[in-house]
Amino acid sequence: MSMLGRRGPDIAVWLLLLALPYWLNWVGGYTSLGSRVLVLGLAAMSLNFLLGFTGVLSFGHAAYFGLGVYGVGLTIKYLVPSTLIGMAVGVIAGSIAAAFIGLLIVRLRGIYFAMVTIAFGQVFYFIAYRWNSVTGGDDGLSGWHRMPIDLGFATVDILGNDKAFYYLVLVSFAVAVAIMAALLRSPFGRTLLAIRENERRARFLGIPVDRHIWLSWVISCMFVSLAGTLYALLNNFADPHDLRWDQSGDFVIMAVLGGMRAFWGPLIGAAIFVVLQDYLSSETANWMSFIGLFFVLVVLFFPRGVLGIVQRRAAP
Amino acid sequence: MSLLEVENVSRHFGSLVAVRDVSMSVEDGELRAVIGPNGAGKTTFFNLISGFLAPTSGRILFDQQNITHLLPARRVWRGIARTFQVTEVFPELTVRDNLRIAVEVAAGYRLRPWISRQAAAEISARVTDLSDKGGLADKEDRPVGELSHGDQRATEIMMALALNPRLLLLDEPTAGMGDQETYNITRLIRQLHQDHRLSIVLIEHDMRVVFHLADRIMVLAEGAMLAEGTPQEIAANEAVQAAYLGEVA
Repeated sequence: MSMLGRRGPDIAVWLLLLALPYWLNWVGGYTSLGSRVLVLGLAAMSLNFLLGFTGVLSFGHAAYFGLGVYGVGLTIKYLVPSTLIGMAVGVIAGSIAAAFIGLLIVRLRGIYFAMVTIAFGQVFYFIAYRWNSVTGGDDGLSGWHRMPIDLGFATVDILGNDKAFYYLVLVSFAVAVAIMAALLRSPFGRTLLAIRENERRARFLGIPVDRHIWLSWVISCMFVSLAGTLYALLNNFADPHDLRWDQSGDFVIMAVLGGMRAFWGPLIGAAIFVVLQDYLSSETANWMSFIGLFFVLVVLFFPRGVLGIVQRRAAP
Repeated sequence: MSLLEVENVSRHFGSLVAVRDVSMSVEDGELRAVIGPNGAGKTTFFNLISGFLAPTSGRILFDQQNITHLLPARRVWRGIARTFQVTEVFPELTVRDNLRIAVEVAAGYRLRPWISRQAAAEISARVTDLSDKGGLADKEDRPVGELSHGDQRATEIMMALALNPRLLLLDEPTAGMGDQETYNITRLIRQLHQDHRLSIVLIEHDMRVVFHLADRIMVLAEGAMLAEGTPQEIAANEAVQAAYLGEVA
């Protein structure tokens, strides 16, 4: 296949995302809906680094997403009124927590791994839920908002200008996604595929499997906490629900819906999820049952997700 | 000094003794076959050498170093590679990628988040070389899972070889194969043994293969060593005939 033929879909995705604030209104959307797709898409793609490309299912990614959410919220509210410092705190908090918890759980496999990730995730949820004086408890953390970004030569007003905020999200998304894509094309990334495909063979090729799964887990959690910081900035609010296990489930649904063997699959899944949610929730309070039904249909008839269908068609 | 020295190893599973006080010493460049009836403990014995299981008692020395309790990956780093009775490959990846992963790991690149053009070219050349030797050149870009059993087996053997092992353990390399495939694999093993002076230990049921390839043969029965010697000695051994060869013929 020609270089352009192989790169074609990637280029198309980037062009669509780059121009999104200018065409989304035209098809009936709005800019912050686009930001939401991108933020949750980043979370789902980060989860999929572990799920689709290492073969390890986590049901606890909301914990690290939520550490990003509260990291940025608490920093701006109590410490430094800076968006970028808040984001850095959120990402560092999520990554450190993931690194420690990863050490404890990395020897587990399959359902046991998934269950323990839920359990650890719920610990963070209850801390946010109960520690009223700091986190606002059940009411969430409000009374703060994203701050304009000072670049030295100019100040970007990401608070009042939805488009400017969208581009902050897009830049963060692009950096994270480019790093994950590069890793997956590297020798290290291939060891992850090896582990996904056949752990026993990987081990007997001399790959220390637990260590590589740990690295994949930390990378995945680091980017999901980046998504969390952006999510809090998008909402100007931190919700304890962002840490709960059903939020983790949403990320898994997005990845599976879009196609977890396809690099862009989870982004497509997130777009479908967010748009359906946006549309249906204005019609009915039971919107989740429609998403659930749609999910069941996709899993039954297109087990490789929405992008799986397209790829199969495209394959020779 | 021998390359591999297995000293009085036993392995118990509860009250079952799968391997009982077995010793074996394999010289550098030797091709040793391990035979025995079903349930004789051959695969368990292999698992002890490769680190898939730990022995209940006994000692294993490789290149005069004690490896009895070393993790599998670390044994691979020291030069012990193995294949499995049921072929273990990366089914959804292409033959090339299967081999490439093995070559990259062997080159010490497993943690590299990037790779230089020159290194990638060297890796690629080595992959091509392995795929040619394994007779896989025309199937390189197909997912291994789609290939015939024989080609999957050849891929697995070439992956093990990609690790530049000093000792190659092959668990029933011709199991479930037709005559032509058996012939191809046998020729491949012979070639590796002769061209690379590679030390090989193989478990095999097909006596034609065993007597064609092996320098020495060890016979296991009910977990214990029944006999050990050259193919001629084993063929003439009455205890072996009673326990094993007679049963097959």
